[in-house]
Amino acid sequence: MIAKGKAIKYGDNVDTDVIIPARYLNSSEPAELAAHCMEDIDADFVNKVEQGDIIVAARNFGCGSSREHAPIAIKASGVSCVIAKTFARIFYRNAINIGLPILECPELFEETEEGDRLEVDFDTGTINNITRNKVFKTHPFPTFMQEIIANDGLVGYIKKTI
Amino acid sequence: MGMTMTQKILASHAGLESVKAGQLIMADVDMVLGNDITTPVAVKEFRKLGINKVFDEKKIAIVPDHFCPNKDIKSAEQVKFIREFSKEMKIENFFEVGQMGIEHALLPEKGLVTAGNVVIGADSHTCTYGALGAFSTGVGSTDMACGMATGKAWFKVPEAMKFELVGKPGRWVSGKDVILHIIGMIGVDGALYRSMEFVGEGLKNLSMDDRFSMANMAIEAGGKNGIFEVDEKTLAYIDEHSTKEFKVYKADPDAEYEQTFVIELNKIKPTVSFPHLPDNTREEGDFGDVPIDQVVIGSCTNGRIEDMRMAAEVLKGRKVHENVRCIIFPATQKIWRQAMNEGLFDIFIEAGAAISTPTCGPCLGGHMGILAKGERAVATTNRNFVGRMGHPESEVYLSGPYVAAASAVTGKISSPAELQEV
Ligand code: SF4
Repeated sequence: MIAKGKAIKYGDNVDTDVIIPARYLNSSEPAELAAHCMEDIDADFVNKVEQGDIIVAARNFGCGSSREHAPIAIKASGVSCVIAKTFARIFYRNAINIGLPILECPELFEETEEGDRLEVDFDTGTINNITRNKVFKTHPFPTFMQEIIANDGLVGYIKKTI
Repeated sequence: MGMTMTQKILASHAGLESVKAGQLIMADVDMVLGNDITTPVAVKEFRKLGINKVFDEKKIAIVPDHFCPNKDIKSAEQVKFIREFSKEMKIENFFEVGQMGIEHALLPEKGLVTAGNVVIGADSHTCTYGALGAFSTGVGSTDMACGMATGKAWFKVPEAMKFELVGKPGRWVSGKDVILHIIGMIGVDGALYRSMEFVGEGLKNLSMDDRFSMANMAIEAGGKNGIFEVDEKTLAYIDEHSTKEFKVYKADPDAEYEQTFVIELNKIKPTVSFPHLPDNTREEGDFGDVPIDQVVIGSCTNGRIEDMRMAAEVLKGRKVHENVRCIIFPATQKIWRQAMNEGLFDIFIEAGAAISTPTCGPCLGGHMGILAKGERAVATTNRNFVGRMGHPESEVYLSGPYVAAASAVTGKISSPAELQEV
């Protein structure tokens, strides 16, 4: 599986409250959540995000509450992948479980500017910054993880396997 | 390369010879847990799977404890929803009010979790069962749904931090002070992703209740799990409470730890986390002059029998300060009865404290002791985030039962050492 898009960049400790503020949690409709995605950290996000874009962040992305609404909002906004130095662990789980691919790559952040074209190959764990002509290697997902993502999350994956 | 306790348990449950840190695996789970807040969402996800059976009626525990006994119509509806689901699925371990206790005190007490188990729970403090030498961790509602359906969960094998405990804690120091001390030292993301593995000769000086209280707060350091080496005390606890098969895993001598800390238990003082993060700790002598309005003794961290005894030890023959409401929450029915039979309730009532039925209650700002604007509480709970126990401008100070009880008496944050003899 390949993801391709431009980089949208954030720093350390992007928490679930800025990804999707609690005031919108009275809905779990993906489209509605996406309309407010990143609102409190980047009001322009919803305008600039295009299908396939890749969020590049620094440390501890997704820290805070365990709300699954956060990865749902990001996914529904069209983002194909989040690449950070590190993720908060419950966000990491929830992202995979709802079918949002996320990768850890400590080196990418420093070597990428907002708007760079990126291409990610999940099978090999290769990230290519096309704009800067630089390739980064990270751990590829094992087969079952790839299948979770390919089946739109854990529920879809399990449904197919039971 | 050798494996840590956590890595060994995960390898065995994934059917693998060995695993290494960073590896993603699919593992069998021995218990799937949910409460009245997370289970309704999980049930909705479960329904999407289009199946009408859970993987094992015995290996799911549903504990309505947060807003129970139902605090309002919405919580009553939620519990009704999951009660009906549990009936339909024939889930054996649904705990109704009267049987119910705070989930993380209840499951070990009922013998539902034991050494060598893999446990997932849609509640972040599921890490508590690491005290028994189990791998146990908090997950989201989707994980719970899929766990109920398949009996499996995926994990990224964590790296480990080793905490080598030596010596013996001092007079007014319990497991809670030890874990607050550690969190103060490494910070709220100090153990991010990692397993916190507690070993060492000092273990023998920590009771099971101390260990539950410590494993419980691994999440407050960002940890994936906390786990204790199994010793005689663990085995005695298991023998008393559980008939389940168990297995003891010991770390290999060449297991890899990202960091090792030696914790000298005798040097730890009574410790309090000031607002608004658990790592904002201060030691006895450094508490300053902080008047308080409420004391809460209970929760999945410190609502066990020893916590009740510690509170009684301090409150005996003393009175709760006139400016303070002191509320005590034995965490389960069994603890409740034991505290009553030991005469602890007489001591509490004499002192002017209130005793509640088991519930999470005020710990998460649910009910049974919510704070008003500007009020301060000393609580034996585990989180002191902004607004955790009520109004966003209220404050929570985390401590062990000794400090909480002493503060109830003086009306300000105090160590028991400061109290006059009675
Ligand atoms: S007592 Fe508090 S921390 Fe423990 S399960 Fe209940 S709400 Fe969560």
